[in-house]
Amino acid sequence: MSIETPTVASGAVHRSLKRTGPHWPSLIFQGLLAFSLLFTLLALLFLLVDVLNRGLPVFTERGMDFLTSPLSSDPTKAGVSQALWGTFWIGVITAVVAFPLGVATAIYLEEYAAGSRLTRIVDVNIRNLAGVPSIVYGLLGLAVFVGVFKALNIGNGRNVIAGGVTVAVLVLPIVIITAAEALRAVPIAIREAGYGVGASRWQVTRQLVLPAAFPGILTGIVLSLSRALGEAAPLILAGAVLGSYSSGGADLVGQLVGPYTALPIVVYRWTTLPQEEFRQLAAAGMIVLLVITFIANGLAIYLRNKYSRSW
Amino acid sequence: MADLPPTTDEPIIRLEDVSLFYSSFRAVRNISYPFRTNAITALIGPSGCGKSTLLRSINRMNDLVPGAYAEGRMLYHGEDLYGPGVDAVEVRRRIGMVFQKPNPFPKSIFDNVAFGPRVNGVKGDMADIVEASLRRASLWDDVKDKLKQSGMALSGGQQQRLCIARAIATEPEIILMDEPCSALDPRSTLLIEELMLELKQRYTIIIVTHNMQQAARASDETVFLTMGDDRAGYMVEAGVTSELFTNPKSQLTEDYVSGRFG
Amino acid sequence: MSVTPAAPALLGGDPARRRKERLVSRILVSAAMVSIVISLFIVLALLFEAFAFLQQIDLSDLFGMGWFPRRGQFDILTLFIGSVIITIIAMLVAGPIGLLSAIYLSEYASPRTRSVIKPVLEILASIPSVVLGFFALTFINPQIVQRLFSGATVFNMLAAGLGVGVLIIPLIASISEDALRAVPRSLREASYGLGARKVTTTLRVVVPAAVSGIVAAFIIGISRGIGETMVVAIAAGGTGGSLRTFNPLGPGQTFTGAIASLATGSDQVQGGQAAYLSLFFLGLLLFILTLSLNVIGDIFVRHTRQRY
Repeated sequence: MSIETPTVASGAVHRSLKRTGPHWPSLIFQGLLAFSLLFTLLALLFLLVDVLNRGLPVFTERGMDFLTSPLSSDPTKAGVSQALWGTFWIGVITAVVAFPLGVATAIYLEEYAAGSRLTRIVDVNIRNLAGVPSIVYGLLGLAVFVGVFKALNIGNGRNVIAGGVTVAVLVLPIVIITAAEALRAVPIAIREAGYGVGASRWQVTRQLVLPAAFPGILTGIVLSLSRALGEAAPLILAGAVLGSYSSGGADLVGQLVGPYTALPIVVYRWTTLPQEEFRQLAAAGMIVLLVITFIANGLAIYLRNKYSRSW
Repeated sequence: MADLPPTTDEPIIRLEDVSLFYSSFRAVRNISYPFRTNAITALIGPSGCGKSTLLRSINRMNDLVPGAYAEGRMLYHGEDLYGPGVDAVEVRRRIGMVFQKPNPFPKSIFDNVAFGPRVNGVKGDMADIVEASLRRASLWDDVKDKLKQSGMALSGGQQQRLCIARAIATEPEIILMDEPCSALDPRSTLLIEELMLELKQRYTIIIVTHNMQQAARASDETVFLTMGDDRAGYMVEAGVTSELFTNPKSQLTEDYVSGRFG
Repeated sequence: MSVTPAAPALLGGDPARRRKERLVSRILVSAAMVSIVISLFIVLALLFEAFAFLQQIDLSDLFGMGWFPRRGQFDILTLFIGSVIITIIAMLVAGPIGLLSAIYLSEYASPRTRSVIKPVLEILASIPSVVLGFFALTFINPQIVQRLFSGATVFNMLAAGLGVGVLIIPLIASISEDALRAVPRSLREASYGLGARKVTTTLRVVVPAAVSGIVAAFIIGISRGIGETMVVAIAAGGTGGSLRTFNPLGPGQTFTGAIASLATGSDQVQGGQAAYLSLFFLGLLLFILTLSLNVIGDIFVRHTRQRY
């Protein structure tokens, strides 16, 4: 007994298994995807080319003089030496304040009090702080840190320490969040094994968990530092000087409590001046700033790739 | 099955009406049992009946789970493990643990074994302690020339023996084993079972196992747990292994050991 | 009568180690408390000075022709409109581009292309906002905006908005990508198994499944756009003051730009005056605005994580 096979169906199947021509929605969509990538790439490219174009002549004409001269109202003489000094100190203060505090907080949240109600409050609080605009931190810096120095009658309160602490407070949430993630990535089995032989919580944390989480924590720290060095808005409020000023011959302490500026601030200032020469100086300053940023970020990525192990 | 050594009068651990909770959920209820010194006691039962929870409560590993707590008494040489003033860290020095999946530290073999004594305050040269522990774990000959190598470079069975060596380096009296062979191949499993028989001369061993043949082969006494209708584990029957397996008193036990459920 | 129990004979442990543990624990708790103290200070400082501001001025000054703080005109609507316009422009750029980039990275990219695109996004994310501001002023405006719209001035909100948009692209891309990758493979496989094409699967299965994460990305992007200062301060104009305007081709001012511009004025605005105090008033408004957005965004992020 033969079974009827409908020939219409086999024809239809045969037809639809072959391509019927381009699928326009797919092509359009893929075109959009390509466009978005191209846009991003071009934006970055044009930005870098523009900065290099305007800024490199400063270096070719003046060489290292740009890096070693102080601010000046004469664009042929102005340089970023004071700005570099200020940015350096901001980096140091940020590191000293934010990193130990941030890592300690992360250790507390992940190793010591995971799951408790206090931890959840702190956790929510940190996530909110991470989203606060940088200029609000500047207001905090102005009201509190500058205020403290003013109250103690140290200068007019606007010094690099106040600025540095302001920026440190700004990046603190980032340090905490990245460090906490690095700690969380360490497998539980290592902790269990440590507790199992009678190690105390701090012994397990310090001798087993921290060494394993160290690369991740370090990456987070480097990224935070890079972010800190590029910030301008909080420093505007915390009193970085915008015009030119003389550092005089003050000693170290005098310089730390006296007027200061930083690289992003100087760049901002020069950008807003109408003369084309200052635009070029701004671009040159940005080259320095970008070099610093890229080195820091590159270092972070290198560390992350080198030490990322699959558990 | 090996002859039982003469028992000491006092069981090294005596559980008295122990119930274990995770927050409001009772995972294990009303367990009472004396664990005989220098014996191998197996905890058997179907998945989820609380065997591991019970095991981990003995060395207070459950303390690390937020919301976990215990009721009842667990007497170790007469002192309640959960009594006031007891330092859980000290408990874990005296009651060691080997885990289901071998978990050596990302350190050298030497440092793996030396870690326990070091954190417990033993100073000075660890070489003797490390060698003795590795010998007792039947691993010394395999690794004596490569003590500086990473512990994670060993094979699965060797890693587990390293973990055993690490556990005994702190001179515990009891070794808890949580399905120590379930991640290993059959040959390594047999090696570890042989090792257990040697170890029980010095230590008391309590082992959770899914493998009934293993329990029948290697243990002196067996505790059979199962999950009740309230989802809490409870003890159905316990006693000398050969009796429990060949002549169980409870129908449930007979069903489990003959493979009808679990 | 309570009696301190004697330490157990066997299981008391090492008292020195226990003391050390307690000390470490206390230090760590104090560190965690610092973050709470910081929040407290921010809120208190803003509230305090903002309140002082409101007491000093006439409430009618808050609604006027424009924002001219040194002349006593504090029309917040001007700033609000400015912030909104710039943020909308920014999101019109960053939203689609960021999302499409995320879709590409998550669904279409081969490992090799991924290793090229991801660094590009990371580099873009690391660029300080001053540089973007410069770019907006010296390139985006003359080369793009002014070529398209001959009426655009040297400083205008469109250029600033585009600059902010480029700034936010990596943020939206990264949060969206996380959301897309969190969608389990089984969903895609089910769709392919039914004979759907890639574009259909992506747009009708994966993206809808990731929608709460994508919404979170947009909300957080908006919050970031509102909080952006330097690009606005450089490219949008409005230093010194700004009339209320809806025209993106002309200069404008946002909350953030107004704060920056007040602080950089050559007249060294001092404490106590209304203009100085207005800084904190604006800061308070900004804080409340961004906090609300971030909380909502966070709820969406949490929602994505819970589903899988």
